[in-house]
Amino acid sequence: MPTMLKRLHQILPILLLFLVAPSLQAQLRIEIVGGVARPMPVAVVPFGWEGRTPLPFDVAGLISRDLASSGRFEVLPVADLVQRPTRGVDVDFRAWKMLGVEAVVVGQLLEGTAGGYTIQFQLFDVLRGQQLLGYRLPAQAAGLRLASHRAADMIYEKLTGVPGIFATRIAYVVANQKTGGSGSYRLIVADADGANEQVMVASGEPIMSPAWSPDGRKLAYVSFENRVAEVYIQTLRSGVREKVSARAGVNGSPTWSPDGRQLALTLSRGEGNLDIFTLDLASQVLTRLTDQRSIETEAAWSADGRQIFFTSDRAGGPQIYRVPAQGGSAQRVSFEGSYNARPRVSPDGRRLAVVTNDRGNYRIATIDLERGFTQVLTDGRQDESPSFAPNGETLIYATREAGRGVLAMVSIDGRVRQRIPAAAGDVREPAWSPFRAN
Amino acid sequence: MVRNARQYIAGAVKSMSLRNVFLVLMVVVLAACASKNTREQDELGYGTQAGPVAGAQSSGVGQGDAGAGSAFGDSAAAGPRASALNRTVYFDFDRDSVRAEFREIIAGHGRYLAANPSAAVRLEGHADERGSREYNIGLGERRAQAVRQALLLQGAAASQLTTVSYGEERPAVTGSDEESWALNRRVEIVYAP
Repeated sequence: MPTMLKRLHQILPILLLFLVAPSLQAQLRIEIVGGVARPMPVAVVPFGWEGRTPLPFDVAGLISRDLASSGRFEVLPVADLVQRPTRGVDVDFRAWKMLGVEAVVVGQLLEGTAGGYTIQFQLFDVLRGQQLLGYRLPAQAAGLRLASHRAADMIYEKLTGVPGIFATRIAYVVANQKTGGSGSYRLIVADADGANEQVMVASGEPIMSPAWSPDGRKLAYVSFENRVAEVYIQTLRSGVREKVSARAGVNGSPTWSPDGRQLALTLSRGEGNLDIFTLDLASQVLTRLTDQRSIETEAAWSADGRQIFFTSDRAGGPQIYRVPAQGGSAQRVSFEGSYNARPRVSPDGRRLAVVTNDRGNYRIATIDLERGFTQVLTDGRQDESPSFAPNGETLIYATREAGRGVLAMVSIDGRVRQRIPAAAGDVREPAWSPFRAN
Repeated sequence: MVRNARQYIAGAVKSMSLRNVFLVLMVVVLAACASKNTREQDELGYGTQAGPVAGAQSSGVGQGDAGAGSAFGDSAAAGPRASALNRTVYFDFDRDSVRAEFREIIAGHGRYLAANPSAAVRLEGHADERGSREYNIGLGERRAQAVRQALLLQGAAASQLTTVSYGEERPAVTGSDEESWALNRRVEIVYAP
């Protein structure tokens, strides 16, 4: 009987996964609270549709929302469109120029064979009257949303020179806590715009620190489901998961090496003293990187995988240090302010995002690794858990609004901020996925 | 409950120390209290103040004033039947040193564990919500270790003690103010059933 109970306890989160996943209603919505000095005016004309059924998906609507959410574009309201062409040949450039629009997207949703669709779209430079982009994307009905995000990514990249992140995903934890004890904790994966929330794990005990594998197929995280901290790796598609560290004491803060072969972990090994280790996933070889009496935790790999940045309070308060991933002596990296913690390395490897204490408030800052200076990007009181978008342009982080945790995004220059309120629960620890493999 | 008290008496008598005889008396008194109404409890509670261990002061902890309030120092309240208040040790911001007013609570549990080798506790360390989450796991772990060391000094055996840190993940109270934070920076001493 005890064995059975134990088993049930182990598989319960998986069972819950299937129970909860389809019925989740609370989706995230994006609101822009700031913007660049002069966003580029663009128009996205509603796509043509000649099928016999009602329009299966509003492709232009999603592209419009994606572009607007970046804060870099001012998308003309549909009511203000001077014409509604669906093919490039029908675009009247003079009319759009009169409106001050600099780029126009037109397209059609085409019904294919065997229930499939094709999204056909073109992007035009209004001032030059030139086509910048023309593309056809095939998709099944269930894939129209993702295909539309991909179209938005191409348009974004053409107009800004930076790859778009609309087709990426985010992972985060939602807690519904009851005072004085346990509550419910869910690890969720959603599209970058907050749609399509799917529950990966649900548990009555805390879930923490989700981290994407570099191929975007797995998540490592900490679960207290057995009343101690243990690190798991779960494959998204199958839901299959594996316990990778359940050593005595703390097992925490997993992050993947850029080649996906190792995890950096925080372990206390039952001594009550947290240190950084690397775990080779194939050989299970554990390597100690720090050996201090202070707290060493929150490891993050450099973009080239050679260095590991981490939080340590060996000098008193928490500060950021780095150590060679193969082992060696640690060097201090952060010097401004009394509290710098939870580093994440930008995709280009040139800066860190950290949680910093800014005059009594916990805020998101970046540290320029070449020049050493710190820039505070947010203005909350308890901002935490920054995570870079894979294009390095934006950070997602957790903040508090009306007494509960919500997610927010800030551009790397601090000029564009968005709140992403969820309908229910305390939302925390967002982690931005890598680019999706095609 | 009566059975627990009997077991406790049996265990205490075996070890034959004066201190334990005193603990036994306190347990009997508390067991009696539990079945009476509040007023009677108060009266009986005053009675215990005559003993060598300083009396039970009503601290402000339960009313959300943990930062300033002093704790129960009644060692008789140690052991598995201690109230939640007498099983919780509060800490200062970003600190893991045990405050003076909690030393007697911990000592009581240490003595209980020494006298009851079959008893075991889980020390659950917690932090307030400020700062990063995994770093707060470190703070909670340090606090649990501080209480563990104090229990070891009182004669508890290492095999009776396990620790876990929940960091800021399981707050005792919700709220983002000094009062709530003070109540959440804690170690809970949880006896194995």
